[in-house]
Amino acid sequence: MVDEKTVNCEHVWRKISDYLEGEVDAALRASMEQHFSTCKRCASVLAGTRNVIQLYGDERMMEVPAGYSQRLENWLDQQLKEPRLKSASGKMPAWMPSAREPRWSSWSAWLMPVAAMALFVGALAIVDQLTFHEPPKSKLAEPGHNIPPDMLVVVSGGSKLFHVAGCSFIHDKATERTITAKEAIQDGYTPCPRCMRKYLTTGVIGALDEDEANPGGAEEASTTRR
Amino acid sequence: MNTSIDNSEQAGGARERELILSVQNGQQELFYELVRPYERRVYAAAMAILRNEQDAEDAAQEAMLKAFANIRQFRAEARFSTWLIQITVNESLMRRRRERTVVMERMDDRREGEESEYTPRDFADWREIPSEALERKEVRERLAAALGTLDRKYREVFVMRDMEHLNIQETAEALGITVASVKTRLLRARLMLRDLLAAGWEQGWFSRLPFEKGSKPW
Repeated sequence: MVDEKTVNCEHVWRKISDYLEGEVDAALRASMEQHFSTCKRCASVLAGTRNVIQLYGDERMMEVPAGYSQRLENWLDQQLKEPRLKSASGKMPAWMPSAREPRWSSWSAWLMPVAAMALFVGALAIVDQLTFHEPPKSKLAEPGHNIPPDMLVVVSGGSKLFHVAGCSFIHDKATERTITAKEAIQDGYTPCPRCMRKYLTTGVIGALDEDEANPGGAEEASTTRR
Repeated sequence: MNTSIDNSEQAGGARERELILSVQNGQQELFYELVRPYERRVYAAAMAILRNEQDAEDAAQEAMLKAFANIRQFRAEARFSTWLIQITVNESLMRRRRERTVVMERMDDRREGEESEYTPRDFADWREIPSEALERKEVRERLAAALGTLDRKYREVFVMRDMEHLNIQETAEALGITVASVKTRLLRARLMLRDLLAAGWEQGWFSRLPFEKGSKPW
């Protein structure tokens, strides 16, 4: 299907990993080998990729912290002695339902966690009723409600604010990402009080819908107010 | 000479099967002997996902315990090492989900598909880094650091396939992604690492190493 003349460098790069996995058919393999023998750059890519696989695949690359092995052994030793992992027969932990020997005890093993879970969920519901009921917020109190949901904004690692692209208050520019305002708000980001200020000066509620239809509207509104 | 390797592997495999059966039948004191050959791989798998020594060690310990608790479900058709690594990956992914990194993760994934093709950098020649160089801690650290700069999705696939030696299918299953994604990410990871190491050469990362003696044409 692929003959020698059609195998160009891009094609070879795309297939180089499959080639090393032995996952290319004989015809492609032959034409790739032909290509490697004439193209220095691709031969260097092949040699390098092979070298990478060989180096990282080496057991010596598996570094573990000092004392890891000993700690693991001690920990397993201690855990395996604990009664929760020992059943009477010493075969199966009692809390695991056994497929081979269904007995009524596996029933009771089920029942306890289920009952405990029911109690826990019930308790949560009560606590929730008692404590976590905040009065409903006005739409104006939600951060960024004025911002057009499709507007592209910038977020970055280490900060929970989102910004207009180019804002000088973006922390850690290396981790910048552009997403829509809607996604940013969903992900728990709040608008930057500097670059997003015009969307934050909450004036009239009526302006809200106009702004959404016309993102430029907010700009005008804030200018007029000033 | 190949046969001798096969024989010794078979012998190891037979011993392993014996150990598995014994542990399944209640000889829990043999469990550590069973998992000891894989303890480093288990840690490395957890580390690839959690990126923190303490978290990785906790996850490794917990994964071992889960393997023990579920050892009866292990079927002889599977490779024990693969089974163990998969339990470790699950444990580590679960722990990461619990952390507050979820937001960043989702954005990472969103960029999927926007990938443009990767063009390997043009270096005239590949200067082979021999395996012996791995005896040196600084070389191992350089390699680990280069791997650490890859995006999570590339790094994880690379570690599972090329360091843990899972096959493509097993890597896909362990990480919960498609075989096609494994292949694309693996290609990308390998090419990027090759470029990083070559760039390292240029910056003299590997200079003054004994294996460089005698080769001078640059």
